[in-house]
Amino acid sequence: MAPVSTADPIPVAVTGLHKRFGALEVLKGVSLRAGRGEVVAVIGGSGSGKSTLLRCINLLETPTSGEIAIDGEVLKLKSDGHGGLTPADGAQVRRVRTRLAMVFQSFNLWQHMTLIGNVVEAPIHVLKVPKDEARARAEALLRRVGLYDKRDSYPAFLSGGQQQRAAIARALAIQPDVMLFDEPTSALDPELVGEVLAVIRDLAAEGRTMILVTHEMKFAREVASRVVFLHGGLVEEEGPPDAVFGAPKSERLKRFIQSIH
Amino acid sequence: MSAPSPGLPAIEAPPVESLAPTPSRRLDASALLKPHRIVLILVALGLVVWAALSMRWDWLATYAPMIAAGLWQTLLILVSTTILGFLLAVPLGLAQAAGPWFLAAPATAFCTVIRGTPLLLQMWLLYYGLGSLFPLIPEIRDSFLWPYLRQAWPYAVLALTLSFAGYEGEVMRGAFKGVPRGELEAGRAYGMGRWTLLRRIWLPRAVQRALPTLAGETVLQLKATPLVATITVVDLYAVFSRVRQDTFLTYEPLLLLALIYLVLTAILVSLFRVLENRIPARR
Repeated sequence: MAPVSTADPIPVAVTGLHKRFGALEVLKGVSLRAGRGEVVAVIGGSGSGKSTLLRCINLLETPTSGEIAIDGEVLKLKSDGHGGLTPADGAQVRRVRTRLAMVFQSFNLWQHMTLIGNVVEAPIHVLKVPKDEARARAEALLRRVGLYDKRDSYPAFLSGGQQQRAAIARALAIQPDVMLFDEPTSALDPELVGEVLAVIRDLAAEGRTMILVTHEMKFAREVASRVVFLHGGLVEEEGPPDAVFGAPKSERLKRFIQSIH
Repeated sequence: MSAPSPGLPAIEAPPVESLAPTPSRRLDASALLKPHRIVLILVALGLVVWAALSMRWDWLATYAPMIAAGLWQTLLILVSTTILGFLLAVPLGLAQAAGPWFLAAPATAFCTVIRGTPLLLQMWLLYYGLGSLFPLIPEIRDSFLWPYLRQAWPYAVLALTLSFAGYEGEVMRGAFKGVPRGELEAGRAYGMGRWTLLRRIWLPRAVQRALPTLAGETVLQLKATPLVATITVVDLYAVFSRVRQDTFLTYEPLLLLALIYLVLTAILVSLFRVLENRIPARR
């Protein structure tokens, strides 16, 4: 086990993260912390690096440099020989990923499985939870997101909002410490956004640690305990939502908020 | 949308059009009873009756046991070579879709050679080439394999297996590549290792996508099986050749042979349709 610093370590602590795609430097030294029960909303224009930042946290992208610690456990990275980093310990990566549940912009449900199949998949085949237990838990989760009746349907037969709610149930099924939302409503028709936000709002209310990359400013202001504004691969401003949205200090943030409204 | 109560969000089901799985393309009675269909059915029945009454079928009783044995041989060869060939096609496809160059290059070379040369030629190279070299090697003559290697069927099975693997390796390459990246990413994000990801997500998704093609290729494989008759394996086709030589009849044996292949094809197609319909797709 990696060193655990305190009795209740910080769920997510990212320090000095750089990410380069070829000549393009997307992240230029970003630090981000999410304390226990905190809802961190990451906002910013397109190309600001917010999705890349989120994808680095569970190593779907490997950073070029920097440090990521989940629950106080530093993710082991080694040089890839081309000036970047690569995971040094595959087992650690897989273990840590089961504590971070990601909800994707395009849902990414497994199309060859029913909804219930999607929700029990990781518990049974990754976490080795007994089948009956996983199934009972999955049914409760699908009921919670309002999809119990659709449990035996295949994703292709559902609306985007239903698919995203099922994806949230799939995320909850691994009983994660932290939930990562990558623009969860950006691919949805406007009339379907509300039903997904309702589920996320409910999760925030029960004190889950969440990092939420979003374009829904009103929603971010409502549910976030802290808002981080990214611009050009750097944290331009961060603070409580009322401060960030009500009295922005940076010119860029002011302009960004105006452009959204 | 109503205000969500704490604990349980009140979620109204959005109005979604009826999304019941599309029923499989099935011929029901009413579809058959269209005037033009009735005419065609009557013509077909007439042909069958005419063939049964005016052609010679007295040889059937004599050769029935041989036909059954030949049919069994053909089915055995078809089933074993498609299964073995598919098992080879999965790594061949995977190597080409995602493997390092030292695996991808030989896999591509294999598929290219197999697909670029006639199956008959491959079969003859194996049987008349390799098969005639083996007896010259004492180690092989003395080995436990010799009782098999001196027969023809292992060469037939090998040639048909390699052929199926070559074609399906290419099909699986496309199928593996066609699985949406996001679904694989989701698998990794939920802690799956490479093997679990392949077994649970990548392979089943690829096979699902490839099934319609695989169905067609299996039908083609059935119709490639008569080639084994050229290297002395007595399959269905070989039996009917024998009938023609013995009886000097041309049409009767060939028509019956055609009918049997047609029925086998129909069975194969419907078996694959059952497989395809296990996971309903939106059409």
